[in-house]
Amino acid sequence: MRGILKLAYKLLVNDKAKFTALLVGITFAVFLMMFISSMFVGVLNHASATVVNIGASMWVMDPSVQAITSSIGMPAYVLDAVRSIPGVEYAVPLYSGGALVKLPDGTYQGVTVVGLDDTSLLGRPMLIEGKIEDIYAENGFIVVADAEYEKLEKPHVGSEFELNDHRGVIVGVAKVTVSGLFGLPTLYTTYQRAVQYIPNPRFTISYVLVQPKSPSDVAEIKRRVAALGYLAVTKDEFIKKNANFFVFQTGGGTNILIMTLISFIVGLSISGQTFYTFILENLERFGALKAIGTRNSELVSMILFQAGFTALTGYGLGVGFCTLLIYLAKLRLASYAAMITYPSLLVSLAMVAIIAGISSYVGVRRVLQIEPFDIFRG
Amino acid sequence: MPRIAIKASGLEKWFGEGEAKTFALHGVDLEADFGEMVYIVGPSGSGKTTLLSVLSGILRPNSGSVQVEGTDIWSLDSDHLAEFRRNRIGFVFQDYHLFPRLSTAENVAIPLILKRKDWNQSTKEALKYLDAVGLKARAELPPMKLSGGEQQRVAIARAIVGQPDILIMDEPTASLDGDTGRAIVSFVHQNLLNENRCIVVVTHDERIYEFATRILHMEDGRLLGVEECAAIRG
Repeated sequence: MRGILKLAYKLLVNDKAKFTALLVGITFAVFLMMFISSMFVGVLNHASATVVNIGASMWVMDPSVQAITSSIGMPAYVLDAVRSIPGVEYAVPLYSGGALVKLPDGTYQGVTVVGLDDTSLLGRPMLIEGKIEDIYAENGFIVVADAEYEKLEKPHVGSEFELNDHRGVIVGVAKVTVSGLFGLPTLYTTYQRAVQYIPNPRFTISYVLVQPKSPSDVAEIKRRVAALGYLAVTKDEFIKKNANFFVFQTGGGTNILIMTLISFIVGLSISGQTFYTFILENLERFGALKAIGTRNSELVSMILFQAGFTALTGYGLGVGFCTLLIYLAKLRLASYAAMITYPSLLVSLAMVAIIAGISSYVGVRRVLQIEPFDIFRG
Repeated sequence: MPRIAIKASGLEKWFGEGEAKTFALHGVDLEADFGEMVYIVGPSGSGKTTLLSVLSGILRPNSGSVQVEGTDIWSLDSDHLAEFRRNRIGFVFQDYHLFPRLSTAENVAIPLILKRKDWNQSTKEALKYLDAVGLKARAELPPMKLSGGEQQRVAIARAIVGQPDILIMDEPTASLDGDTGRAIVSFVHQNLLNENRCIVVVTHDERIYEFATRILHMEDGRLLGVEECAAIRG
């Protein structure tokens, strides 16, 4: 069988024009599918940046909250009520909101301000410069050195700025696991300072961060919080809630599905058509092989091998190009929102397998239909 | 005593049904011995190619039988029939049907590769047969770089590389000029015909009749007559 497959391989790759066209079709389709899905996964990952970076086990919020960025203030009694639930080890408030920073050159820059519980500083970032206790110093803020850091003119410890006509001083520079999605620099401060500096509606607690005593308490906490008229979710559930918001509420999911389908159709059209032409051009020779004594099963193996080889080569090239492009983009923009994940790789592989399957099915049908007698008849 | 290579009896083959039914073979009986070069001749549409296809296990007759050394080939299933063609029959097609993307040596090696022989060993063996047809120097070229006569010789090398005992040639001179065609058939007669091989040739070309040991005349699907010839048997 090895010799027959080598024959199939030579027939395929020696026809350089067709083989190139086949590879271009599959590579292009895989590249598009991978790139679009990687971007989408990256966006989803960055969309939950605050949830990941704060790292709390459970989050309590208004039931109308759809994503981390659209918090709805909760009254202070919610915090007290949550703290009184038996399965709660501790619960702290978190502020999350937006503000404008006036930079030394007189320009303004929007920022995300995260207010950490004054007592515990739960959810504090890892500092790479400065000391965490300086957050309690007068007008103290910690800046996150992510991809948006430059927008604040790369402040260092001691840099000053204005935030809503209040003086602010950078007391630390931090790093976080995931950068935010919306292109805004992030400042951490204490909860009290955040609500003091930023104009707020009546209720100021964006979220209550909860640490359950044990995983078995999660269900009871959820039930008790629901009885208060609020919603308690685990960290993973909140990340999923954010993802669902972008997938189902923003049209992003539909767009990604449409783009993936378009990539699939483009790939299928180019590869299917080219492969079919390849088979048609070699049909008489396949007939000659049949006359010489090649079994139908051997001809089918040859065609499946040709389709499979082209598909896998195109898949490898497509994934390679996608990885290279994302790598280059990340060299230029560290927080570039694209991630290649195993599910994306598997979905693309499945799509390519379908393209190869359909292309070879059409080819196999034609080859099985040809009668060696037709070769004699000419 | 000559051995019978092919024995066909009562061959009937028709195409279409009802009013469109057309007989291509009408009760054909024939025998061909090893060591013979049998020609099937006749006008276009007389059923020559149909008969050749039925004899070589390519086209199933509607009735009748074809026995090759006592085996009724049309009682074999499709896989065994393919194996029979692979092992016992060499084909030289009218249009050669060489693979343009393979080298000449690789084209010749195909029957060996189909017999599961190693690729390198097959191409090495193919060189011997290319040498036999005088084309060893052209082994690495693609067939399209060769002249019509050279391509025909490559097709012959491919047909005999598997050492078949029955060689089927369909209009071997149709695409060649007179001298080249004659030279090719002369080469086949002198070098490939032997007591263990039967060669069946379909042709229109009277200029090569001198190499036939027997000529079967066909018309309207019927065998009109058999002409014994002077050519030396293998």
